[in-house]
Amino acid sequence: MADSLIEMTAAETARKVNARERSAREIALATFERVRRTDGEVGAFLTLTEDLALAHADRVDERIAAGESLPLAGVPLAVKDNMCLRGTQTTAGSKILLGWNAPYTATAVQRILDAGAIPIGKTNLDEFAMGSSCENSALGVTRNPYDAQRVPGGSSGGSAAAVASYESTIGLGSDTGGSIREPAAFCNIVGFKPTYGRVSRYGLIAFASSLDQIGPLTRSVEDAALAYDAIAGVDPMDATSVDVPHESTATSLRQDLKGLRVGIVKEYRAKSLGPAIDEVYAKAYADLETLGAEIVEIGLPTADYGIATYYLIAPAECSSNLARFDGVRYGLRVEGNDMAETYDRTRAAGFGPEVKRRILIGTHALSSGYYDAYYLKAQKARTKIAADFENAFGACDVIAAPAAASPAFRLGAKSDPYSMYLMDYYTIPVSLAGLPSISVPCGWARPDDGAEEMPLGLQLTAPLFGERLLLGAAHAYEIATKHAKKHAPRIGVRA
Amino acid sequence: MASPDLDVRYVAKLARIALTDDEARTYGAQLADILGHVAALNELDTSDVAATAQVIESRNVEREDSPALCLTRSEALAGAPREQGGYFRVPRIIGES
Repeated sequence: MADSLIEMTAAETARKVNARERSAREIALATFERVRRTDGEVGAFLTLTEDLALAHADRVDERIAAGESLPLAGVPLAVKDNMCLRGTQTTAGSKILLGWNAPYTATAVQRILDAGAIPIGKTNLDEFAMGSSCENSALGVTRNPYDAQRVPGGSSGGSAAAVASYESTIGLGSDTGGSIREPAAFCNIVGFKPTYGRVSRYGLIAFASSLDQIGPLTRSVEDAALAYDAIAGVDPMDATSVDVPHESTATSLRQDLKGLRVGIVKEYRAKSLGPAIDEVYAKAYADLETLGAEIVEIGLPTADYGIATYYLIAPAECSSNLARFDGVRYGLRVEGNDMAETYDRTRAAGFGPEVKRRILIGTHALSSGYYDAYYLKAQKARTKIAADFENAFGACDVIAAPAAASPAFRLGAKSDPYSMYLMDYYTIPVSLAGLPSISVPCGWARPDDGAEEMPLGLQLTAPLFGERLLLGAAHAYEIATKHAKKHAPRIGVRA
Repeated sequence: MASPDLDVRYVAKLARIALTDDEARTYGAQLADILGHVAALNELDTSDVAATAQVIESRNVEREDSPALCLTRSEALAGAPREQGGYFRVPRIIGES
């Protein structure tokens, strides 16, 4: 009984709770029972918020009883722990914030709770969202629900693992260079990064402000649309949130791709990811065609410069954003003899290796004598990358590509920082251009080491503000291919 | 593009992060490697290209200059590592000499 409750999609859950066939409270209780059985193996959550969840559930049940209808009534929600939820610990996966309770709630979190979602807890992430595996968390290991020896992907790995292992129905993640799409691909779920500025960043602990964007991780495209509809829209608390009217995406989902031009990137096609993986993507593109899409070849000649551009811009912005962690107003403090020593010691003890590495790169890239050569050069490269996409969208409506450079790899397999950065080769150019992009399950392939097959994600990308088109197309692909339905996590299922 | 040579100790001082000797060696090598990869941007001709700080056109956003709700003093101080008399307490900043 409990399992059938937690395996429902968000759409099914909301329908049953709104119809008073099920209560939000019983769904919340069933979810916590699942988490207690499962999370010891998966390690998705850093904090569980059971009292808060039950209070929210009771409030949702009261609102329904009073005649209200809520788009996400009773739907379990896992929140990446770089988003503030008033009164709960918010760590960003870092020792520097361990024990810090948020004094306010992020706009995106508040909006999804107002739509009826139930906060199950805060999920693990790469420290300050810096990473592609979740291994950079200072606070624990999260495992891929399909293979306990493998990473769930990063940085929103905790939210992805929670959704994939049925510990939650919706996960909120943040995507800076691929941190929603890549863990979604590794965990066989849907991960959607909206257009930059579509979702308020107020209450999201900033990593790279010109790139960060909150979005949903779900087990279906319809659920991603419902969650996105709940959180999207301008916010007076975030001056970079865009004031472009939001139209419902959940009502524009389609069944076929007739009349849609799908662009396949010739530079990506020339790069083999290995025969087994290439075959999965060739099949995915053929499936798009079968659904009625016209496949056209497009060029993204500067895509190869994406990683270099990103690894200057993102660290530069992070070195500036993370200056606020100085041991004065919140978080860890390691006392020194004077202020300078207090800063030096606090940040040395509080930040992990990847965060230090990126702060150092960013500080160097912004320092006197290097600014033009590194930071400004990267900002110009970004212009060229964005222009490439604009040109490409003259010939196609949506671009199809892999979501990650490989299936989930083994924990500890990538010890060299740059080899980890290469994982985001396909997602980073999209992020630099601010475009809406989604990863949808598209098949399975054996990793290089010959282990059991692991899931892969198809990345679909649309022009700026093309969310309705993008989610509509992703839905048609998903329901025709049913890869997302073949959902049976191998770990975290012991009785 | 500048030389990937970087004085990791100097950068760490600017970034206010104390490094051990081991860390300085490790990060020094890793950063040189990363900056070596990043040097690929030199191949890209950007002579007539404007910089993009953000892809969405941004406009200044203003609100009425009127009082609104904000964190109370006790809420703002609730996360402070040390406080005293309603203020953040920090080590002495002005020296005796």
